[in-house]
Amino acid sequence: MRPPGRMRIPLDTDELKQLVEALVFASDTPLKVDRIAELLEIDKSEVSPILADLTEEFRQGKRGFVLVEVAGGFQFRTRPEHAEWLRRLSQSRPFRFSRAALEALAIVAYRQPITRAEVDYLRGVDSGGVLKTLLEKRLIRILGKKDIPGKPLIYGTTRDFLELFGLKDLGALPTLKEVGELPAASLAEETADEDPLRTPMQEHR
Amino acid sequence: MSYEVRLEKFEGPLDLLIHLIRKNEVDIYDIPIADITAQYLAIVDDMQSLNLDVAGEFLLMAATLLHIKSRMLLPQPEEEAAEEEEVDPRAELVRRLLDYQRYKDAAAEIDTFPLLDRDVFARRSFPAELAPPEAEPFESVGLYELVEAFRHLLRQTGQDVVHEVVAERLSVVDRINRILFLLTGKETLGFRELFSEMPDRHEVVVTFLAMLELIKMRMIRCLQTTHHGAIWIYPAVVAGEDDAAAWADEDSLGYG
Repeated sequence: MRPPGRMRIPLDTDELKQLVEALVFASDTPLKVDRIAELLEIDKSEVSPILADLTEEFRQGKRGFVLVEVAGGFQFRTRPEHAEWLRRLSQSRPFRFSRAALEALAIVAYRQPITRAEVDYLRGVDSGGVLKTLLEKRLIRILGKKDIPGKPLIYGTTRDFLELFGLKDLGALPTLKEVGELPAASLAEETADEDPLRTPMQEHR
Repeated sequence: MSYEVRLEKFEGPLDLLIHLIRKNEVDIYDIPIADITAQYLAIVDDMQSLNLDVAGEFLLMAATLLHIKSRMLLPQPEEEAAEEEEVDPRAELVRRLLDYQRYKDAAAEIDTFPLLDRDVFARRSFPAELAPPEAEPFESVGLYELVEAFRHLLRQTGQDVVHEVVAERLSVVDRINRILFLLTGKETLGFRELFSEMPDRHEVVVTFLAMLELIKMRMIRCLQTTHHGAIWIYPAVVAGEDDAAAWADEDSLGYG
């Protein structure tokens, strides 16, 4: 084993690949490309193709788990089709989100930063309780206060949210479908500010 | 006419309206507002006759629908109509319905994603198996949960009797000393044990303040085993320290 030293002897391709795989395996959380590059003292541009290779190998290979990109990093995860068997190991019962929670979560995810009043308006229902639950489950967080009268809190999704749903970033959310065309003439002013799918925000805890 | 509608099925008035529009197979851009309003009101009526607690949102939407209906009946003032294309009174509602439908669809799609620790598992997902067989690990209680516990207690207290006159009431200092007394010789104390059986509002407030004061003085700690678990009070005073010095002194606090 070659200890990392000042004088870096270039690792050969096979060894690099093994190391990347090992690091992702050993990490408790999704491992970022930057971090891998830093640990192996190589350039980021060298890491990405290796990860792409590994991803493909695990996807095709007859392995029990796959390499996925979640929450800005890479992680090994079991295959969804084995869910029931794996649940035996963790002795967990399958849980489901309520429709209210999912709706509120989707709205926060697409429209963040968003105030509670805006969520209420979009759902047509008071969403205080469900937002509280999402906060407690750490799927959303308070980003700050909106600079309007009353200084309402604004919410956004968390890194945990991306990890839970296996999303690479917010851009990986399903594209919002247009439900029919809006008659532009009479609705133009009201929909001017409508751009629900914003550019993915930097996620940080 | 009445509809067989299971209300729990609906997340809210927008959901119910979408249901009615679909059921009637009408064009969302040309909602027959009188008809839909009538059906909507019939359902809300049913809810009320069943003694269901009709959420305010449903009533607010009923009012909105009636308002739109009345605006559609009124002739447009001429100048306004000429000025620009007349705004359909239904426009905002239509936009909200479509918006809501989009997020509803997105939510349904997100719901099909494999969830971590439910459908897919990562190495870190089994802390229970890996962790040493230790007794329940404690975590400190967040401010938020303390406030929750406080509010929960407040809700339990009855209304103060209006004409009651009490000359002297508990002070925070009394309460501090009482908590310390309760803790003497004990390892822990349940949060609820700090209060009497049927605490009144005053007692709850004063006791809670006393507890916060003790936390601030680093004489007790609040811990819980699980998120939302019971809150436990632990003495934080190092054994062997002079007990007398720990006793609260009237002057050391800002409370009378």
